[in-house]
Order: sequence, then structure tokens, then C-alpha cells
Amino acid sequence: MSATTTAAAPRQTVGTRAFLRDNGVYLAIAVLVAYNLVFTENFATVANLNTQLVQVAPVLIVALGMALVIGTEGVDLSVGSVMAVAAAILPLYLGYGIIPALGLALLAGALCGALNGTLVALVGIQPIVATLALLVGGRGLALVLADGQLKDIRNPELLDLGSGKLLGLPVIVWIAAVLAALVWLLVRYTTFGRQLVAVGGNRSASALAGLPVRRVLMITYIISGVLAAVAGVVATARLTASDPSAIGTLFELSAITAVVVGGTPLSGGRVRILGTVAGALLMQLITATLIKHDLPDSTAQIVQAAIIVLAVYLQRSRSGGDR
Amino acid sequence: MTSVEQRVEPEESVASGGMTRAERIAGLVQRRGSVVVLALVVLIASVSFDSFATVGNAQNIAIQSSFLAIVALGMTFVIISGGIDLSVGSVYALGGVLAAYGIQWGSLVGLLLPLVVCGAIGLLNGVLVAYGRLAPFIVTLATLLGARGLLLAITDEGSTTRLMQREDWLTQLGQGTFLGLGIPVWITIVLFAVGVVVLQRTRFGHATLAIGGSREAATLMGLPVARDTMLLYLGSGLLAGLAGALAAAYSASGVTIVGEGLELDAIAAVVIGGTLLTGGAGTVGGTLAGVLLLRVIQNVINQVGTLSSHYQSVVSGAFLAVVVAVQAYLSRAHLRGGR
Repeated sequence: MSATTTAAAPRQTVGTRAFLRDNGVYLAIAVLVAYNLVFTENFATVANLNTQLVQVAPVLIVALGMALVIGTEGVDLSVGSVMAVAAAILPLYLGYGIIPALGLALLAGALCGALNGTLVALVGIQPIVATLALLVGGRGLALVLADGQLKDIRNPELLDLGSGKLLGLPVIVWIAAVLAALVWLLVRYTTFGRQLVAVGGNRSASALAGLPVRRVLMITYIISGVLAAVAGVVATARLTASDPSAIGTLFELSAITAVVVGGTPLSGGRVRILGTVAGALLMQLITATLIKHDLPDSTAQIVQAAIIVLAVYLQRSRSGGDR
Repeated sequence: MTSVEQRVEPEESVASGGMTRAERIAGLVQRRGSVVVLALVVLIASVSFDSFATVGNAQNIAIQSSFLAIVALGMTFVIISGGIDLSVGSVYALGGVLAAYGIQWGSLVGLLLPLVVCGAIGLLNGVLVAYGRLAPFIVTLATLLGARGLLLAITDEGSTTRLMQREDWLTQLGQGTFLGLGIPVWITIVLFAVGVVVLQRTRFGHATLAIGGSREAATLMGLPVARDTMLLYLGSGLLAGLAGALAAAYSASGVTIVGEGLELDAIAAVVIGGTLLTGGAGTVGGTLAGVLLLRVIQNVINQVGTLSSHYQSVVSGAFLAVVVAVQAYLSRAHLRGGR
């Protein structure tokens, strides 16, 4: 810690940039919330809050896993397709009850993660390509499983999951919040969390220090797969239909955006879970603000693009450049 | 295409000096594997399906491959330099929409507008990557979103699809044929021939390989690393825009929903073609084989008929995983031998 401080001290600009890099996302949220409180009608209502939180929940759940993977200097492009696989499996087994259906959907997510983990950790393929294979293949698999069709969900328990409330907040939001807390604890207080950060910081040094590098990578990708499957289930429950062709498309991009905007560097060695939560909230808040002011989708996308570039620019001093 | 492949040989001779036989075979599989597999798949498909080895089907595969091939050509150079361009799918779609938008002022505007705008997006990528030193992955991810946003902005949020008139020469450029092959196919062949010459015979091509091998070393050698990196992304944007414009001319409309996931097909084709994603090595001819392989597999699955078309992406994904696994194994064998 002290080493970092001394290294940063000689250049004053680094101090400002480091502050923006670490806290910019919270600052941006504060500014946007203040703006909306003043200028947007019906912003500070319980209904609006719930809508926004429900909308952001699936992205947030995926982004939690993505933050871990990016922390290992990797990336998981397959998350959207894994969501689709989980969504496609649900209606196939809902006849046996909700528990077997949920269990199998999550198991499928774990298997997808294990496949990514095998390719990355054991075979030694770069994460972008390894997970790209499953992005392409997983979507096809989901469509094959579902026969390319959208299926309505009529299971009452699953519908409750999608639209029910607990203590005033939607169940989906609780799921996302609990998962965020768990992943935060995992990174902060467990041996695995420390090993993950070490592997991301310097893989060969970690291996030389005797850390189980391959196992850490494998578990990280499995966690990402399971979280993507959870997001797939949640999104299906909210939609009240399993739609394997549309569910989770471009989620990998939204999740990466949330993680990067939240201050986790793409170069690995650092995981910011609270930042990731804030990053997901910020992107949702931006979209919501633009929509409430009748600005079209196109503008929202261009603004998001600019914010991604800005976030990475702020991280540049740390990540050093390449990839 | 074989002649294209063979020209690669002299450039590789530096690396292959003093190698054992096993390493040379490993290197050969890495570079030529896609051509061999392509030949095998074509052979098996010709024997299995009467309707596969027909002139009509070959013309079909050629035209379907051409648009992806043009995009993958730019991607090949970017990946060889150690970068990546995720924006090409959006830029491709934008190029098509702009062609259909610009053609109301004539074919020339219809062709130039997509090239100028898509070139500008490529240039923006290049400046941010080369001079801003930002990660290519994330810069091009941002322009993926931005280009899609621009596309929505000029199509009333995607609800307007502009049609192109048959009489315009730009439309003829997409739909016309010459010696039995579609004009986009001929454009693709010319572009790939130019691509081979640029990569193997020009200072720019050699600099691209050097940058991918080691950026630091390339800088120390005095190569114009930043300028060349910028030009690579500019080229990728231009080619994606051109491919989009040709595809729009081919279908005579600026369809707004095309190109999603095209960047992944392009990357898959490049990687299957034997270009290392780590940069520093790769061939233009291999990419062409990779594109044809993806399209032939798609064609074969359609031929089977009983298989749903969704199997196509399952097969492509599995194929990609196998290819990169073999590549990883081979390059490790290569390293072990080298020590």
C-alpha cells in the first residue's frame, strides 16, 4: 500500500486522475441523481426506483461474475449465451417442479463456466477466443434446446420470483443485492479472493509462489457461468417467457461496461465489486435519464460509448495501454 | 488461392531456420491447417450431397463469403498487430444504411458516404488506440455502441429501411456478375491479392508483423508504430464500411439489423485461418480459407435439411474451440522445441 503511495506522489496530476478513477463513478451517480431530482418529473417515486432496480438487476448479476473474471486479467464473452442456455432449459424441466428446473439451469451455467475454465486454465487459450467459442456455440445450443421457439412461463413460483415483492422491494432486486454482497465478501475476506487478485496481478509470479493458478481460474469462470445462469433465470421470470433468441444479447458488453466504468482495470489484479454495482447503476441511470427526457435510444448509445472511453482513459495510467 | 498461400513461404523462412522436423510440421499445421480442413470438408460434402458440388451452389457460397471476407481482411491486419476491432459489425451495418441513404444524391455519394463515415470511425479507433494508448478491446467496444447509435439516429430509431433503385451503378456493383461470379466476389479477390502483397512485400506489412511481435521492440527499431497502428484501424473501418455498402447494394436496401455478431464471425475466421490472436504472425490467405470454411459449414448444414439452422452456430463454436486448442498445443510444442 505504502509503495503505491510513494510511486504516485511525484506527479500531482496522477493524484487527481487517481481520485477520478476511483471515485468518478460515485461522483457521476450523485450528479445525475441531483439533476433528476430537480428536472425530472416522477423521478423520486418508489415505483420508478423499483422499475430502475429491476431493470438493472440481470446486468448487475452478470457484471459481478465479469468483475471476477476481469480481475484475473481475463474476460468472459459467453455470458449472454449462457443466459440463453439457462433460459432455454427452464421450460423443459418446469414440469418436474421449480427446484429441479432451477437446479438444472444453474448446473448448465456451471458446466458452461467449466468449459471456459478448461480452455483458459488447462489448455491455455486466451480468454477472448475461448469464451468467444461459447458465445457463438451457446446461443445455437439454446436455440436447438428450445427448438427456436419462445415459450410462455406459467409456473406460479417462477412468476412470483419475477414479479413478487419482499419488504417492499422486488424479489429480483433482493437476489441481486444478496449476490453482490456475497461476491464482495468473497473478494474481500476469503483466501480465494486474494488468490484471484494475485493471479490477475501477475500470473507467473503467483504460480512460482505456489498458488493453485489453474484452480483459481477454473473456479472464477465457473462462478461467472453460474451467475450468468442466475441472470438468465431472473430475466426469464421477469419476462414471463423463455426467449432463447433474444435473452442476454449484448449482455457481455453491458457487463464489461459496468465493470470498467466501476474502476476495475482490464489489466487485472484488482477487483472492485462496489464500483461494479455503481457502474451498472450509473449506466442504467444514464439510459433512464435520456429516455425520461425523450432522447432516443441512439443518443443513449452514443453517450454510453463516450463514457466507456472516458472511464478507460482515466484508468490508462494504471493499465499501461495494451489490451 | 494456392498461389496466395505459397507466397507466404519466404517470409516465414527467418523463423523456420534451424527447426526440427516436428516443429516444422507443427508450424505447417498452424498455417495451412485451415486449407486442409477446408479441402476435406468440401470433398466430403461433394461426395455426400448431389446438390453441393454444383456451379450454382459454388456461386452462392462465393457471394455469401465475400462480405464477411472483406471485413475479415481488415481484422486480419489488426489482429496481426496484436489488437482487435470489435466495432466492425456495427460499422458494417452503418455502411449499408449510409449507402442506401446517400444514393438519393447519386451512386458516387452512395459509395463515398459510407467510406468517409466508416473511415472516420476507424480513424477514431486508431487515434484512441495508437496515440491515446487505450486498450483496443474497449475502444472498439465503445465505437461498436457509438456506430450502432449513429445508425439508429439516421434511420428514425431503426424503423426506416431505405431501398436502392436497380438502375444505379452502385446497385449493379452489388448485384452484377462477371464471368459467372458476382462482382463483390471479384472485389474480394482483388482486395485479398492486395492484402497479401501489402502484408508480405511492403514496409507497412512488415511493420504490422513487427508491432504484433513486440511493440516495444518495434518502437526501439524506429518503426512508426503509432502511425501504422492508426492506419490499421482506419483500414479496418474502411473495409467494414465497404463490405456493408456492397451488401446493401446486393440486397438493394439498407437493412438496419444486419451485422450484429459479424465481428465475432470475422474474428473466428481470422483465428481459424491460423493468425495468432497474440499478434506477430498470420496470413491473409488463411483468413480467406477460414471465411470459406465457416460459410461451407453453414451451407452443408443447410444441405442436410433435417438439421435446424441453429446447429450452424453450435458447429462454428465447437470448431473455433477445437482450432484454438490445437493452436495453443502447437505453439507450446513450438516453444518447447525452440528452447
